[in-house]
Amino acid sequence: MDFNNYKTEEFYDELFESDGRARAGASILIKRIEALQEGDLVRRQRAAEAAMMNLGITFAVYGDEQGSEKIIPFDIIPRVIEPHDWKILEAGLKQRITALNLFVDDIYNDQNILRDKIIPDDVILSADSFRKQCIGINPPKGVWCHITGTDLVRDKDGRFYVLEDNLRCPSGVSYVLENRQLQKRTFPKVFEASRVSPVHDYTSRLVQTLGRLAPDDIEDPTIVVLTPGVYNSAYFEHSFLAQQMGVELVEGRDLVVHDGFVMMRTTQGFTRVDVIYRRIDDDFIDPFVFREDSTLGIPGIMDVYRAGRVALANAPGTGVADDKVVYAYVPDMIKYYLGEEAILPNVPTYLCWRDKDRQYVLDHLDQLVVKAANESGGYGMLIGPSSTKQQQAEFAEKIRATPRNYIAQPVVALSRAPVIVDDHFEGRHVDLRPYVLYDDEIYVMPGGLTRVALRKGSLVVNSSQGGGSKDTWVIAEEPNNTGDTTSQMQQSQEEGHA
Amino acid sequence: MLSRVADSIYWMSRYIERAENIARFVDVVNHLVLDLPDQEVNQWASLIQITEDTERFEQKYGSVTEENVIRFMTFDMDNPNSICSCLWQARENARSVRDTISSEMWEQINRSYLMVKDAQSSNRIDDDPAAFFSHFKKACHLFSGITDITMTHGEGWHFGRMGRLIERADKTSRMIDVKYFVLLPRVDYVGSPYDSLQWAALLKSISAFEMYRKRFQQIIPRQVADFLILDRQFPRSMRYCLVKAEESLHAITGSQPSTFGNLVEQRLGRIRADMDYADIQEILDTGLHEYLDEFQTKLNGVGDAIFQTFFDLSSNAAQH
Repeated sequence: MDFNNYKTEEFYDELFESDGRARAGASILIKRIEALQEGDLVRRQRAAEAAMMNLGITFAVYGDEQGSEKIIPFDIIPRVIEPHDWKILEAGLKQRITALNLFVDDIYNDQNILRDKIIPDDVILSADSFRKQCIGINPPKGVWCHITGTDLVRDKDGRFYVLEDNLRCPSGVSYVLENRQLQKRTFPKVFEASRVSPVHDYTSRLVQTLGRLAPDDIEDPTIVVLTPGVYNSAYFEHSFLAQQMGVELVEGRDLVVHDGFVMMRTTQGFTRVDVIYRRIDDDFIDPFVFREDSTLGIPGIMDVYRAGRVALANAPGTGVADDKVVYAYVPDMIKYYLGEEAILPNVPTYLCWRDKDRQYVLDHLDQLVVKAANESGGYGMLIGPSSTKQQQAEFAEKIRATPRNYIAQPVVALSRAPVIVDDHFEGRHVDLRPYVLYDDEIYVMPGGLTRVALRKGSLVVNSSQGGGSKDTWVIAEEPNNTGDTTSQMQQSQEEGHA
Repeated sequence: MLSRVADSIYWMSRYIERAENIARFVDVVNHLVLDLPDQEVNQWASLIQITEDTERFEQKYGSVTEENVIRFMTFDMDNPNSICSCLWQARENARSVRDTISSEMWEQINRSYLMVKDAQSSNRIDDDPAAFFSHFKKACHLFSGITDITMTHGEGWHFGRMGRLIERADKTSRMIDVKYFVLLPRVDYVGSPYDSLQWAALLKSISAFEMYRKRFQQIIPRQVADFLILDRQFPRSMRYCLVKAEESLHAITGSQPSTFGNLVEQRLGRIRADMDYADIQEILDTGLHEYLDEFQTKLNGVGDAIFQTFFDLSSNAAQH
C-alpha cells in the first residue's frame, strides 16, 4: 500500500503537507509503510485488533444488551505532532489549567471575578454544574483540577483551538497507554528512530500526584480508585489505572464513613482510606449532600472531605468550568488571573442567552454547530451543514425555550489524518485530547488520545458515535548530536517483513 | 483485602472449576454410553438429574437427546449450570477484580469465554463434542496454571484456591454419584466386565485413571471409591481438596491448624477431621449415596459460613 493516490484535499493533514510531501516527523514512518509487502499492513492492523479483544480493552455500550462490549477501533497509522507545535500546546495548556484552577477556587470562595464583572453572576449561578455545596471548600494546596483532559482541534490553517476543557472525570488515558503498547509492537524500529516522546510514566506520575494530596500526617497513604462498577462504560479504564498504580479499585459499597474517616471494608475489618481518585460524578458522590437517590456514593463523605481527612481528585465542583457558556469566558479568565493573552485560542462561540447572538444563531442554524451547554460525549448536538430542516427546527425551538442551555460555534474544518480503509488510505477528521496533571508543577503528558471520526466526512469523533483512535506521537526536539540518525533510518528500512 | 474483591476471586475460581467439571460430566456420560451394551437406561437423562436441572430442561427441550443435553449443558444461558453461564459468571467476577488479578489471568478467562462463544455461534461442537470438551478442559487447566505462577500467593490467591477446591470436592462427590447411584446398573451387571469398564470410564473422566493404577492396579469399585474419596495425595480426591482448602483458610485467618476462631474453620475442620479417620468399608456400610449426599450438604454449610464470615458487608459492618 502506498500514498500515491492519497489526497489531503482542502484540509490540514497531520502527516502530509498540502503538496503531498510527508511532514518531517512522519517521513520515516511513511517510508516504512510504503516499503511493507502487500497485505502486511492490513495483517498488522488485524493483529492489533485481535490483541485488543483478547486483552478486553473494551468499552460497554449504553443502551445495548447486557454484556455487549466493543473495542474502540484502533487505526495503526499514528498521528504525529511536530516539536514546535507541541511546544505551543504544552505552554498553552499549562497557562489554561492554571487560570481555570484559580477560577474554580475563586468561584467557591471570594468570587472576585464576578464582583469585578468579568463574568456575569447569573452565568455561573445558573450553570447546572455549579455546586453551592462546595462554597467555602479549600482543597489541599488550592488545587481543584488534578487531572484534566482538554479537547483540542486543528483548523484548516493548522492552528490548534480548545474545544472543551473536561475538568471533571476525563477518560481515555488508558487507551493512550494501551495504544502505545500496540503501536510499539506494530512498528518497533520506526518508533525507535522517530524520537517519539514516552508516555508510559503517566501512571507513576498520577499515583505521585494523588499521594501528595493525603493529609499531612500520613506517611504511607492509602489511595483508591472509586468506580461506579463494571457496567460503567469506562470500567476498563478504572481497573486499568488501579492496576497500573497498584492501588485498590473500590465501589461505593466498599466504602463507609466511620468515626469521622472514610473506611473500606476488608476481610480483616475496616481500613482507613486517605485519597480517592473518584471516577463518579459529583452528583452521585454523597447522597446526603448531592443527589439523594444515589446508590453509587458514600453517605457522609463530604463531611470527611471538608474536615480534610480524605482527599478527592478531582475536587467536587470543578464541573462549573466545563459549562460551555463558562468556556466562552476562559480567555477573559486568563487575562484576569494571569494578566496574559491566551496562548491557545477558543473556537469562537455564540452564547444564545445574548439576544444578538441568539438571533444570529437562529438565522444561521444551517452553518453552525449547536451544543447543549451541559452535555458531553457528542450528545445534544446539531451539526448545521449536515442537518435536516426538521432537525434545525427542533433545535430552534429548544434554543428559544432555554437559551441559557445552548451555544453555537462555526464549523471547524477539523484536520485529517490517513486511516486504512480496506486496501488503501483515506483522510479522516481527528481531534486531540492530551492529559494534564496538576501536582506541585503542571505536567502535560507528551502525547494524548487522538480520536478519529471513521465515517467518511463525519466530524464526530466520540467512541459512542462511531469514532476510533490512533496513537499520538509527539516528536522530541532533535538532539544537537544528530550523528546516528542515518543509521537508524537504514535500520528501520531493514525491519523484518514478519 | 476488600471483602468484595475476596468474594469475586473466590467465585471466579469456583465458576471456572465448575465449568471444567461440567465438561467432565458430559465426558463421563459420553464414555458410559459408548461402553454400555444396550440403551435401556437413558444416560443423558441421568446427567440432567445429577445437576438437579430436570425440570428446567424438560420445560425448554422436552425430549432427552444427546444433542439437546449437550446444548443445554454447554451453551444455554438460561441454564445457570451451563458451561457458558459459568464462564460468563467467572468472567464478570474477574472483570470486577481486574486490578487485583494478573493481566494474564484475565486474558485467559477472556479468551476461554470468546472461544466458547465462538463455538456456540459456529455450531462446531456438533461435529466433535469430545474435541471441544477436551480443548475446553485444557483452557481451564491453563487458567489455574497461570494463576499459580503469576499471582502473588497472598490472601487473594488463597481465597481463589479455597473456592476452587471446595467446588472440586463437591463435583468429585457428584461424579462418583453418577456412576454409583443414578446409573445404578442392573444387579447382574455388578462385577461384570461392563461394570469395571464403567468404573474405568469414571476414573478417566476425573483424569484419575493412571494415578489410580499406580495405587491399586485392579479396578474394584470399593477401591475406586476409596481412591476418589479418601486418597491423601490425588489432587481431585475429596479429602485432598478439603485438606488444601483448609490450608488456605488458615493462611487467610492466620490461626493455628486444628483450632478454630470462626464458623468456617469449625465447619471445614470437622468434615476434614471426619475424613481423616474414616475408612471406606464404614462409608459403604452407611451407604455410599447417603454418605456423598451428606458430604455435599455439609460442604454447602461451609460455603454459607465463608459468605457470612468474609464477604457479607452488612454483618461485617455490624461487627466493628
